[in-house]
Amino acid sequence: MEKFGFKISKTRVIDFDQNDKSVAEFIYTNEPSFRLCIECGGCSATCTAGNFIPFSLRELQILLKRGETEKVKDNIEKCMLCGKCSLVCPRGVNTRNIIELAKRAFKTPELHAV
Amino acid sequence: MITGNVVVVGGGVAGMEVAGQLARSGCMVSLIEKESSAGGHIKEWHHLFPDRRNSMEVTDYLARQINHDNITLLTGTTIARMGYGKKVFTVDTENGKSISADAVVVATGFDLFRSERKEEYGYGIYDNVITSADLEVMFRNGEIKLTDGRRPEKIGIVHCVGSRDEKVGNIYCSKLCCITAVKQAMELKEHLSDARVYCFYMDMRMGGALYEETYRESQEKYGINFIRGKVSEVGETIDHKLIIKVEDTLVGRPLRMELDMIVLMAGMEMSKGGEQMAQIFGLKTGENRFFAAADHHYGSNESNVEALFFAGSCTAPMNITETISHARAAAAEVICYLRKAER
Repeated sequence: MEKFGFKISKTRVIDFDQNDKSVAEFIYTNEPSFRLCIECGGCSATCTAGNFIPFSLRELQILLKRGETEKVKDNIEKCMLCGKCSLVCPRGVNTRNIIELAKRAFKTPELHAV
Repeated sequence: MITGNVVVVGGGVAGMEVAGQLARSGCMVSLIEKESSAGGHIKEWHHLFPDRRNSMEVTDYLARQINHDNITLLTGTTIARMGYGKKVFTVDTENGKSISADAVVVATGFDLFRSERKEEYGYGIYDNVITSADLEVMFRNGEIKLTDGRRPEKIGIVHCVGSRDEKVGNIYCSKLCCITAVKQAMELKEHLSDARVYCFYMDMRMGGALYEETYRESQEKYGINFIRGKVSEVGETIDHKLIIKVEDTLVGRPLRMELDMIVLMAGMEMSKGGEQMAQIFGLKTGENRFFAAADHHYGSNESNVEALFFAGSCTAPMNITETISHARAAAAEVICYLRKAER
């Protein structure tokens, strides 16, 4: 068959209803301060890792909340748990625990699987 | 004590407060209200932000304020004409009354933005798209349900409907809708504990006393979800679910979500009655169409017409606390003016 160079593009739309948000639910339950983020970006600005490599806790936590977990899985390993993000957070979000819980959820899916 | 006749135009929160204050100072007040009873918008509201008290507590206070021998309440009355000469206003009503006054206070308040003008949100088109005002009526009736009688499980709240939107000619922020959204989101959860509530906002403008604390409480205790982005349109699926299009601007990607019910946070606009007063009295209005006060900082009750003062949200969106303060300041300005005129 003749190839004309056409292809089907994958949608960029966040399909909120279909996405699996169970990791976020797991974190909400175990670390309620996860709800308090107001997306100021303070954590990402001060982040030791984020100042050298593409890593943003602000972005990762919202992706978790939207169920866009694929992007988070590997990325979250970049965190060095220095805890500077907790120091600057104006809402008192326990950021370190959120990272620990997310890592645990990814390693042991039975913790949160629906 | 002071003597003088004052006409107060508008029997809402501001008009009732200013009438009460002036009556207690000795003035004779004619309080003119176009509706069949005084009270204004607050009558239609169930609970008030930030503390979610029953609005009746405030309407009761206002009713006591105007329960005074010096006040004549004229309901079902609008103004047809006005003349001013020798420091006396002659105010003619549509129903043939003529009232003389030494000073006039315009307290014509605001109108809620008519959400059907924002056609893309489907108010008046889809069954379960309602406004913040409609939701208050449901709260007062004690039942939140869809038009088919089911309980909504997934509710979206859309901020900035008719505010910060050049497309409807309103570039200003109505400033009360964000906190109203937060309040109503929490109340929805109180009625429907299993429901999920999503607020779609451009900015969370939590500038008032206890607003930020209430916002935090909504996240912490009620699990309200906030998604940053202006909803571009609402549609309906084949099985009558509402579907919204929005960009999740913090992720940087478009987002699609189905909802059972959508609540539109209608903004505040200069009232039709206020626009008529502007014509009758020759009052200046600003770019936002609200009355333009003589000075933004120290003359917010004064107008461009001698002996005519403003009270409340006819000059800008205001919450009830601010409206009552502004009305008291207007009463002080009137008293000051009448004292000077006496000398």
